[in-house]
Amino acid sequence: MTNLISPNDFQKPAEEFTPDVEKREKIGKIFELLFLIALYVGLVVLALLLIVVLKDGFFRLTTPGFLTETPSRFPDQGGIRPAILGSFFLGLLVIVITVPIGVGAALYLEEYAPKTWWGNLIEINISNLAGVPSIVYGLLGLGVFNYFLGFGSTLISGALTLSLLSLPIIIVTAREAVRAVPNSLREASYGLGTTKWQTIWNHVLPYAIPGILTGVILSVARALGDAASLIVIGAVSFLTFNPGLFQRFMALPILIYNYITRPEPGFANAAAAAIIVLLLLILVLNGAAIYIRQRFSSFK
Amino acid sequence: MSIKQEMSQSESTFDKTPLKPLCLLMSLMLLSGVTACSRAQQEQSQVSVDGAAVGFPISLAVAEEYHKVQPEAQVSVASSGTGGGISKFCAGEIDIADASRPITDVEIATCKKKGIAFIELPIALDGIAVITNRANNFTQCLSIKELKKIWSSKSTNKVTNWNQVNSNFPNQRLKLYGPASDTGTFDYFTRAVNGKAKASRTDYTPSHNENILVQGVAGDKTALGYVGLSYYLQNRNKLNLVAVKDPKGQCQKPVPIENIVKNIYAPMSRPLFIYISKKSLDTKPSVRKFVNYYLENSHKWVDQVGYVELPQEAYNKIKQMLVSGETGSRFKSVKPGQPITKVL
Repeated sequence: MTNLISPNDFQKPAEEFTPDVEKREKIGKIFELLFLIALYVGLVVLALLLIVVLKDGFFRLTTPGFLTETPSRFPDQGGIRPAILGSFFLGLLVIVITVPIGVGAALYLEEYAPKTWWGNLIEINISNLAGVPSIVYGLLGLGVFNYFLGFGSTLISGALTLSLLSLPIIIVTAREAVRAVPNSLREASYGLGTTKWQTIWNHVLPYAIPGILTGVILSVARALGDAASLIVIGAVSFLTFNPGLFQRFMALPILIYNYITRPEPGFANAAAAAIIVLLLLILVLNGAAIYIRQRFSSFK
Repeated sequence: MSIKQEMSQSESTFDKTPLKPLCLLMSLMLLSGVTACSRAQQEQSQVSVDGAAVGFPISLAVAEEYHKVQPEAQVSVASSGTGGGISKFCAGEIDIADASRPITDVEIATCKKKGIAFIELPIALDGIAVITNRANNFTQCLSIKELKKIWSSKSTNKVTNWNQVNSNFPNQRLKLYGPASDTGTFDYFTRAVNGKAKASRTDYTPSHNENILVQGVAGDKTALGYVGLSYYLQNRNKLNLVAVKDPKGQCQKPVPIENIVKNIYAPMSRPLFIYISKKSLDTKPSVRKFVNYYLENSHKWVDQVGYVELPQEAYNKIKQMLVSGETGSRFKSVKPGQPITKVL
């Protein structure tokens, strides 16, 4: 019995204790209500965004060719195919580039690196990098990929820059996920005589994958919606061809930005339609990640 | 025995599952490596255009139509603004720069340093529209002098009411909207009104997005602003257009657009340019083809996107200029308001 109730010096003596259940229940109710309101604030904003965008863009979205044709000077003609493909390739490349690097860095920091003060320093710095405005990464990418490595204003420069943007978030979340793996699991594995790498590969990683993927979802969604860094890299607003790795490219956020600056009112609707496509694209990429996450969760 | 079996089984499931996504990633990497082939060849067939947001719809229209007759052509068009476009042009990153003002001496020097010679061709005309709110019934016509009083850098924080511009105007707060300082429209307007490019008061609401300026003026009863003519034409029912006095003292409006073609709406009508890299023109057949198509056909679509065609003789002259390959800028020292046929 004494084991269940921990000794507590601050516990009040029994005679001063007034149950007052009603008051405590009331406070509990008030907080429940506050949290419900907090939830609704987010939901209402999201709903408003969706309603406004759908109202403006749905008609344009359903006009034939919007998804499959190249852009036009007329707001109600042509399509946005190069931008969809551009954003899709960017998202794919960001995942391909950042996941191995980010998970590798997280594993080293968590599993191999000695726990010292500079380890903490690195951690704080990586967290700070996650908060740097994307335009700063754009300028970095412009200097390194466009000029120094000579890629120019191409898809690969954009993908690498967005990768830089996503990497800190992926490292931080992957690290948290690896840290959350119970130590007993590692010890059990070591107990069977496995090496460190076998333990990590067979036990730590599968256990951490759902957490890692959450980070990937968050950061790729951020990267896909980013316009500022791509403007600096030199993404264009009109293409007559599908973007290749070493070619000039379009992306949906740039297209949306360009559409809302045009004088013809119809472009506002086209921009709304492009926003719907961008939301759907992020949904598809996230859906894939969530599917993988669910599969790995069931192994536990 | 049974424990061992179970262990090896569970190990094998764990062993395989992480490999699947990894294999997928690897194959994707390989795939992207394959598409990376023959970069130089790809660059050869590409035509990249960048520059003024004002000239952008014209280049876009030409690129769109060119794509219909030359489906394999790879044309990209961007709009980073005249300043941004020309700096990319002078860094050798693009083949053609759209500009809503002539190139400046500083920019010419940068181009020269990088060894970039250029051909300057006017391709259309545009007017700068001075706009007020619909509720404004007293500002029908402004002289350049009055505009200068409103926009001069000396007026910052001083000229804040309409009656300071003209004593006939009511005592109402003067709220100003104008394009951001790295746009060609800003450069041209300040040069035409204040006499010096970029000399402007700073306490106004700037934007790169001229739709924001339109919205600002439309929602602010005592506002005044200036935008490219196409932005006025698309929002006629929301705005008042202010006439501007020409040098003879006559109030002129940019509509009907003949006033721009005949250079009646002076000095606030301006030519829009394309700057073509001589090197791209000589070494990339795709660029020469595209430019030829541009000069031959752009006049058909200029008015569709809100700009004004050049006079016919100007088209003949710019075609000659392209054939002769004359480099350098004729327009950089031309005063705002001069008819372009005299310069060509």
